[in-house]
Amino acid sequence: MSATNDPHGPGRYQPLGPDDRRRMLEVIGVESIDELFASIPAKLRYAGELAVEPALSEPELIRHLGELATRNGPAAGMLSFLGAGCYPHFVPTHVDALIQRQEFMTSYTPYQAEISQGTLQAIFEFQSLVAMLTGMDVCNASMYDGASSVAEAVLMARRLNRSGGRVLWSEGLHPAYREVARTYATHLDLTFETLPVGADGRTSVPAPGDDVVAVVLQQPNFFGVVEDLERAGATVAGGAAKFIVATTEPLAWALTVPAGEAGADIVAGELASFGNAQSYGGPLVGFMASKQEYVRNLPGRLAGQTVDEKGRRGFALTLATREQHIRRAKATSNICTNTALCALATCIHLCSLGRHGIRQLALHNLAKATYARRQLTAIDGVEAVFDGPHFNEFVVRLPVPAGDIVDACAGRGVVPGVVLGRFDPARDNELLVCATEVHTRADIDKLAATVAEVCK
Amino acid sequence: MSGENDNGNGMAPRDDQGQLKQEGLIFERGGAGRVGFSLPELDVPEVDVAAAWGEDNVRGEIAGFPEVSEVDVIRHFTRISQHNFGVESGLFPLGSCTMKYNPKVHERVVRHPGFAGAHPYMPASVMQGGLDLMRRLEAALAAVTGMHRVTLQPAAGAQGELTGVMMIAAYHASRGDGKRRKVLIPDSAHGTNPATASFCGLEPVEIPSNSEGTTDIEALRAEADETTAALMLTNPNTLGLFEDQMQQIAEIMHGCGAQIYCDGANLNAILGKTRPGDIGIDVFHINLHKTFTTPHGGGGPGGGPVAVGEHLAPFLPRPTVEVDSDSGQAFLDWDRPDSIGKVQGFYGNFGILVRAYAYIRALGAVGLRQVAEDAVLNANYIQKRLEGHYHLPHPRLCMHEVIFSDRTQKKHGVTAMDICKRLIDHGYHPPTVYFPLVVSGALMIEPTETVSREDLDTFIEAMIAIAAEAETDPEHVRAAPHSTFLSRLDEARAARKPILAWRPETAGEHEPVGAGATG
Repeated sequence: MSATNDPHGPGRYQPLGPDDRRRMLEVIGVESIDELFASIPAKLRYAGELAVEPALSEPELIRHLGELATRNGPAAGMLSFLGAGCYPHFVPTHVDALIQRQEFMTSYTPYQAEISQGTLQAIFEFQSLVAMLTGMDVCNASMYDGASSVAEAVLMARRLNRSGGRVLWSEGLHPAYREVARTYATHLDLTFETLPVGADGRTSVPAPGDDVVAVVLQQPNFFGVVEDLERAGATVAGGAAKFIVATTEPLAWALTVPAGEAGADIVAGELASFGNAQSYGGPLVGFMASKQEYVRNLPGRLAGQTVDEKGRRGFALTLATREQHIRRAKATSNICTNTALCALATCIHLCSLGRHGIRQLALHNLAKATYARRQLTAIDGVEAVFDGPHFNEFVVRLPVPAGDIVDACAGRGVVPGVVLGRFDPARDNELLVCATEVHTRADIDKLAATVAEVCK
Repeated sequence: MSGENDNGNGMAPRDDQGQLKQEGLIFERGGAGRVGFSLPELDVPEVDVAAAWGEDNVRGEIAGFPEVSEVDVIRHFTRISQHNFGVESGLFPLGSCTMKYNPKVHERVVRHPGFAGAHPYMPASVMQGGLDLMRRLEAALAAVTGMHRVTLQPAAGAQGELTGVMMIAAYHASRGDGKRRKVLIPDSAHGTNPATASFCGLEPVEIPSNSEGTTDIEALRAEADETTAALMLTNPNTLGLFEDQMQQIAEIMHGCGAQIYCDGANLNAILGKTRPGDIGIDVFHINLHKTFTTPHGGGGPGGGPVAVGEHLAPFLPRPTVEVDSDSGQAFLDWDRPDSIGKVQGFYGNFGILVRAYAYIRALGAVGLRQVAEDAVLNANYIQKRLEGHYHLPHPRLCMHEVIFSDRTQKKHGVTAMDICKRLIDHGYHPPTVYFPLVVSGALMIEPTETVSREDLDTFIEAMIAIAAEAETDPEHVRAAPHSTFLSRLDEARAARKPILAWRPETAGEHEPVGAGATG
């Protein structure tokens, strides 16, 4: 053992010094650290030095990570109009500051309720806010991301129906969400059929037969179009099929008819638009909400109100008999860790927006996207693909493959949208464009000018 | 302490809490017209949403949403945060969870706009830094585990398990080996293991532990056959013991054509000491929020990369990150025909990957090994000093965690849970209790390497004091905690009549009320 810990390498994170180690070995009654690993048979020991890159001091680390980050477009102020399940929104400074309080950031899942009331109360408030936003009775404490949450919603519908069958989902359900649900259902008795969208971009929903487990619509849908949820809900109602409403952009719900009012049985998807960075697609904030009658079939954690021994209000994780650590093989899901800290950011941002702010923010988004759509479709050869109502996203058809346009624009510092051809070759010339409160009029004008220039 | 208004959320002052402020629900704060947000003037034409969408398609303001200022929000969440215990509050010896210090520098680097502002559909040509980081992290995790490839996509350990078991199922299916339905799981396993197996439509079969606390080899041999898909092992296991018969286990499982899945929850103990890929393991998941110290966040987000042997690489979730040999450019490879598909909407919890990568780079090879050595040293130090005070079911050197039981204290009517709650009064987070299930009244202590000797000593003294108190004043231990903002919560009541949300129409039911009067 050397005389001091290495300040260049790992020393700073490890409180034990060489003298501590020596004294502790004495107490244990062994000669060397090596003896502590005696239970690993010699044959199974790793004798070499791990082939990882050399250790960096803190200043070197900051420089190295900064260099990597700088090789990404956003570091250079690249202007992006990408949405498609991961939206650019402003995160207030205080939201990020609060979630970095160590009491929230470094604490564990609140199983020990007496010293976790902060997390538990925040989860309860999160559940309450999302229930109000969706118009549902109950919401869980978060899941992984929107895609895996929708996959779990499909599995939950199957559990409620007590058998497999057909799942009808909209072409307007995010293609990545569909792929994740297919992965989750690989070993289950479910088949998936796609309901096409019409010229208005809305899904036509047929009356589902008795063998249909679930009908899944996304609001607003993948093409940015606001679905007629009430009509769809009325068509699905009364039969065996569960009506699942998914979302990738929950900000729209400040304006749309709540899914609960439209007859949704389960609502699942993404809440990252509130309070979270895009972070190359993760971590985000999956969630699932449902009608009260299905609560015992919900996956994931739930915080509930209760009292302590003196009758004072408090909160605890509850209905744990649904979960893997109690029910093991019979649990509603294998989920354990979720995205609690990201859900906390969502909760804080929703509180800060409040009943006035969430609506005003949504109206800003609608106005920006409406303006962007108008500016882009004013370009010769560029046309809107759908004529239904949209929120902060819309699809345009370009005169040439969209991939070429994106490459050309990226070279000019603008990423104009998502190439739909990557999901559906028939949509090769189509571009999905998102504009939100982070885009100024000048940004949108630059987008239009750049697209016009490269379309020439 | 028991006045009518003294309910922990009313306004009555309490003389036992000092700076700790009482705080109601956010919905009980604020006043009409307050705002906590800030928006620029709209610089494009306003859109009348009712005209654009049709009046019937638009909702009004959301009744019940708060009306609070930024300051209200700050005070509210700061106050409730103070009712929490974090890793920086003190020793957090929660077994199986590896609650180590989360370096501050990680929070700085991850917020660089080049990372935080990156969209997952940015063209690869302008995401070379992010893709390079993913490549480097994959290489580092492959080196640490001795495995061939690593997917970074799973969002947590349980999703890593799902991914791993699905890859095993795909592997058997690709060989036309369709009758493998059983997954063997030791009785000391985490609940996620059997839950994952049934999630995949497979049949979990429990394998008992032997008296040494490791896998019963004969029981394993008896169950291993041509219908076995995999063994799901945790090594070191949840008793904090290394499965020293690993070589035999591998021979038995591979001998019958099954695969070995290893739950990597306890990787912290073996960093640089042994590598899963070298000892017969085919699939290994890594909890980045444990071993690689990304913050637990009160329950997530985590990261659950899965490392696999070469024969399983074709089945990895898509996309993988590859490098074009001509241009040297990194790209996302979607063309993976045998892939099990995607398990996340995008590429996993990238922000968590950045932190884990930063940690590995701060440590290097020597530092990683030092992590395992100090973690194991600390656990053995606790074991040695407490063995005369608490029953030790498996008296041998442990790995990174030590499991005691409440057998001695139970004679005085004091349970593991009581000991936990009393430990809170001494300023510590409790250990994991009642897990693993194979030890009755288990107290599972994992100090991690990020704790000093003097903090270990005071923790040990607290444990000894509680053991003594269990004899002299068991009632006081049973009534703990005495120092927290709330006493023990009635969890049975929470489950019996679940109140899972505050609602504007029933707001009265949630308001501060006197002792025992809540509906």
